[in-house]
Amino acid sequence: MKDPTLVVAGLLTLSAGTFAFRFTGPLLRQRIAFPPWASRLLEAAAVVLLAALVATTALTKGHGFAGLARPAGVIVGGVLAWRKAPFLVVVLAAAATTAVLRLLGVP
Amino acid sequence: MGSIYRTLTGGTLRDIALACLAVWFIGLSYGAIAVASGFPLWVPAAQSVLVLAGASEFLFIGIVAAGGNPFAAALAGLLVNARHLPYGLALPDMTGPDMTGPDMTGPDMTGSDITGPGRRWRRLLGSHVMNDESVVFALAQEDLPRQRAAYWACGLGVLLCWPAGAILGALIGSVIGNTGAFGLDAMFPAVILALIMPALRDRVTLGAALAGAVIALAATPFLPAGLPVLLALAGVLIVVITRPASRPASPRAPRPASPRAPGRAPRRAARRAAR
Repeated sequence: MKDPTLVVAGLLTLSAGTFAFRFTGPLLRQRIAFPPWASRLLEAAAVVLLAALVATTALTKGHGFAGLARPAGVIVGGVLAWRKAPFLVVVLAAAATTAVLRLLGVP
Repeated sequence: MGSIYRTLTGGTLRDIALACLAVWFIGLSYGAIAVASGFPLWVPAAQSVLVLAGASEFLFIGIVAAGGNPFAAALAGLLVNARHLPYGLALPDMTGPDMTGPDMTGPDMTGSDITGPGRRWRRLLGSHVMNDESVVFALAQEDLPRQRAAYWACGLGVLLCWPAGAILGALIGSVIGNTGAFGLDAMFPAVILALIMPALRDRVTLGAALAGAVIALAATPFLPAGLPVLLALAGVLIVVITRPASRPASPRAPRPASPRAPGRAPRRAARRAAR
C-alpha cells in the first residue's frame, strides 16, 4: 500500500463528503427542487466511473496490458450477469475461468 | 426495534433480510479483494463503517491499488456517492420520532417539532444509514410510519451486514496466499460489472459507459494511475447530448410533494431491486 497517512486522509475525505451528501438532502428538501435530469446525470456519472474502473482493472496492469486470463474471466462473468445469473455464480465463474486459464499457462 | 416488527409485514421484512444478505455477500468479496489488492485489514474495515457505500469503496480501493492518488480516489468516490443528495430530496423525513407512536398518525408528519439530543443523534444516524437499499424499501411502503420502519430496518441491517461481510472477507483473503492463482483479480471487475449491469440495460447509459471505458483505456498508457477513470466522465456527455431525444414529450414535472411519488433515481433503483 502507499503512504498510510495519505490513504487515511483520502478515506476520511470520502467518509466526510459522503455523510455531507446524506445529511444535506433532507435539510434542503423544504427549500429547493432538484430537477429530474440532474438526478439522471448523477446516476449516469456513477455508472460511467464504475464502467471505466471495470475496463481498466480487467485489461490493464500498471500502464500495460494485463494478459488474457483476467479479461477472459471478466467477460464470462459479464455474460452471466447479462443473462441475470445469480451474483454468486457470476463472481465464482469469473474467478474460476481466470484460474483455469492460468493453470493452462495462459498469462 | 419492536416497533419495526409491529409496523412492517412479514413479506417486507423477508425482502429486507434478503437484501441485507446480498449486501453481506458483496461485502465478503469486497473485503477479500481489498486485502488481495495489498491493503491491510483495517482499510476495508474502516471504510465499510465510515463510508458505508459499496460502489465508492470499490472505486477507492481500485484506484489506490492501481497506484493512484488517494485524494483522486476520494473525489471519484464522492462523484459516485453524490446520488445520496437527491435521495434525501425525494424521501420524506425519515428521522422523526418513533415509527408507531400516537403522534405519527396525522397526515403531515415531518417531525420537525421534535428537538433535543435524542433527535440530533437520530438525525445523524438516520443520515448515515441512507443507502440504495434503505431508500428503495422506504419508497415502496404505503404510509409514513411504514416508510420509516422499512428505512430504519434496512438501513441498520446494511450497517451491520456490510462491515461484517467486509471484515470476514478480509480475514479470508489474508489467509489465501497466491490470489492470482485463484483468479481473485478477475473477481473485482466482475463484481462491479454485475452491480452496474441493471443500469447498463438502458441504452443511453450503456453508450456513455462504453465511451467512458474507451477513454479510460486509451489514457491508461500515458496518464498517472487514477486519472484515466476520472477522465472517463467525459462519456457522460453522451447522456447530455441525447437527453432531448430520449425524453421527448415529458415537460419537466415539479418536485413530487407526496411520498407516494418518488423522484426518478430512487424509482430506477426500485426497479433494479425488483429484478
